[in-house]
Amino acid sequence: MTGESSPSPPEPSRRALIAFSWVWVGLPLAYGLYELVRKATQLFTG
Amino acid sequence: MSPPVAPPGWSRWLVPPAALAVHLSIGQAYAWSVFKPPLESALDLSGTQSALPFQLGIVMLGLSAAFGGTLVERRGPRWAMTVALICFSSGFLLSALGAATEQYWLIVFGYGFVGGIGLGIGYISPVSTLIKWFPDRPGMATGIAIMGFGGGALIASPWSAQMLESFGADNVGIAYAFLVHGLTYALFMSLGVLLVRVPPSVRPAADAPAVTAGPQVSARSAVRTPQFWLLWIVLCMNVTAGIGILEKAAPMITDFFADSSAPVSATAAAGFVALLSAANMAGRIGWSTTSDLIGRKNIYRVYLGVGALMYALIWSLGDSSKPLFVLAALVILSFYGGGFATVPAYLKDLFGTYQVGAIHGRLLTAWSTAGVLGPLIVNWVADRQEEAGKHGPSLYGVSLVVMIGLLAVGFVANELVRPVHPRHHEPAAETPAATSKEAADDRREQPESA
Repeated sequence: MTGESSPSPPEPSRRALIAFSWVWVGLPLAYGLYELVRKATQLFTG
Repeated sequence: MSPPVAPPGWSRWLVPPAALAVHLSIGQAYAWSVFKPPLESALDLSGTQSALPFQLGIVMLGLSAAFGGTLVERRGPRWAMTVALICFSSGFLLSALGAATEQYWLIVFGYGFVGGIGLGIGYISPVSTLIKWFPDRPGMATGIAIMGFGGGALIASPWSAQMLESFGADNVGIAYAFLVHGLTYALFMSLGVLLVRVPPSVRPAADAPAVTAGPQVSARSAVRTPQFWLLWIVLCMNVTAGIGILEKAAPMITDFFADSSAPVSATAAAGFVALLSAANMAGRIGWSTTSDLIGRKNIYRVYLGVGALMYALIWSLGDSSKPLFVLAALVILSFYGGGFATVPAYLKDLFGTYQVGAIHGRLLTAWSTAGVLGPLIVNWVADRQEEAGKHGPSLYGVSLVVMIGLLAVGFVANELVRPVHPRHHEPAAETPAATSKEAADDRREQPESA
């Protein structure tokens, strides 16, 4: 198994799907990390 | 529901987001504490009672992962993610009904029992598929997914708190919060259900490692090998040692530096806990990816050996250096996360990809055991030390020594891990076909000749 299930690179529609799916999971994770960093800085300021 | 096979041109980079959609959702379990105070005041519950849904959820996670693993392997990741979605979301919806009608048993049953099944099936659902898509980087692939479980709590904790603030912390407000959680998680997890695909069984490229290369051992055979139980000990010891810090992080840093020139405030202690969560998450992806380069046995040598040294450092330094205390605790927590995320790849190395998800499910009973053992040790020892009139770092001295001992046991167990004996291997012709699993398992039931 290599990078893809066929030797050719993903079609443009697949690339859009890849981007969409990573944004779908990345946005909430970024929100969680932002809140975490805000709280963690209290160790140095609190 | 048959396992969905990827069409030509399907990218394997679509599989990690599918896994993350599930793990980021079910990771909410570790943010249950947000609901505890409002539930206690709205339904007149004790602290022990309000913890019940979470505790039952974790028990169900272990049980459903252990007993549902073979079914997950047979039915495939889409079936498993669908079950996880239905159970996890239904758990919230039942809890919403329970809160609205002030029937607390319904919250315990909904979130704990029904939702807990979703936790277990969801946790193991993408593991086997990810390893099959990324045979060259199994540590990284499972690290991404299992990092998501840690990330789920980071998202849910502030999100749930904001929701309770908006809806109100009475029983109606809690019911609305549960309802929104159930619907949102159903929508969010549906991406995983729609996206997940198993790789085609015929390998298209000649330059890649074969999916079924190496030993292939069924789940039923795996639990009869010493390798499985040695790994069980390794995981249990590593998790127990991590929980030792995680469980008492805030009071620990406060107590440690209470008599020093720079005591730690409650706000700073909360920041310390948040920083530990970050280390836990970073360790899941970072160390697990590193294991692809240096090997699974070596990375566990680091987790257990260096982890013991870090505990020894905390013990020997006492309250003399706050930065070193924080640094050592962060390293320990990164190893705790790394231990979780690397273990599926370790299982794949030893038992192959054949039923790695089911074997992983059975191994998670080590997590459940550690979840009880870790807090029990640290709290019991700290209470005894307090009764003996100790204070500051000496409150935790015995706990730290116990943790070093546990990590040493894990280290020895890791050293004893050897390749699985060929008598446990599946016949080569049977391993790729899911339909032959039952027959193969039946044959394994026969007493072994050697």
